[in-house]
Amino acid sequence: MDFKLTDKPIDGAALMAGLRDTRAGACVAFEGRVRGESGGRAVTALDYEAYAPLAEKEGERILSEAREKFGVTGAVCAHRTGSLALGETAVWVAVAAGHRDAAFKACRYIIDETKARVPIWKREHYADGATEWVSCATRAGTAGGGAGGGKNAG
Amino acid sequence: MKKTVRVRYFAMLREQRGLDEERVATEAATAGELYEELRKRHRFTLPADRLRVAINDDFGSWATAVRDGDALVFLPPVAGG
Repeated sequence: MDFKLTDKPIDGAALMAGLRDTRAGACVAFEGRVRGESGGRAVTALDYEAYAPLAEKEGERILSEAREKFGVTGAVCAHRTGSLALGETAVWVAVAAGHRDAAFKACRYIIDETKARVPIWKREHYADGATEWVSCATRAGTAGGGAGGGKNAG
Repeated sequence: MKKTVRVRYFAMLREQRGLDEERVATEAATAGELYEELRKRHRFTLPADRLRVAINDDFGSWATAVRDGDALVFLPPVAGG
């Protein structure tokens, strides 16, 4: 499995090491971290919740699409579940390819599609004590805003 | 025809229902009819057009027929990353 959900800290260096390949002259990684601000509100922590069987299935599909579209030699993605503190790594994507152009494009594709399609949800905790499921607001003006509308981290 | 399905809840729907999962006896013919039935019963705030549905651990459509023993998940707007 190259798409992993984990409730433990993500070891990016270990994921990168797994992409070593003498055909690959480029390796690009993206790390999404928990930011202390969202839509003008001070954030103190995040919770991630995943529908694991379908999240892993859809995540693997996205990695397969990236391999096919961009001809990369390897691609991995790890996403956290559970409670995260500010600054913690929420998501990590790494791609290896023959040349940098394919590696950059594939990395961007994977993080964008993961945010838009993989059944993972994020609850923000704010400094004033309130919490909110990102993108789930139903009152006009407070919605997170459609695909890729996740406000914090990646 | 009455059938029994398993419904799992995540994120906002899990909190509004107060449960992770339940067995539901229903006469709903489609996934869309089942969501409307549950939305009214439990006063879920998210309308169907903000959700997707998964049936037996893969994406389905609102028109998909509900069969006895199916496992359904109504997916709130995702926000990974």
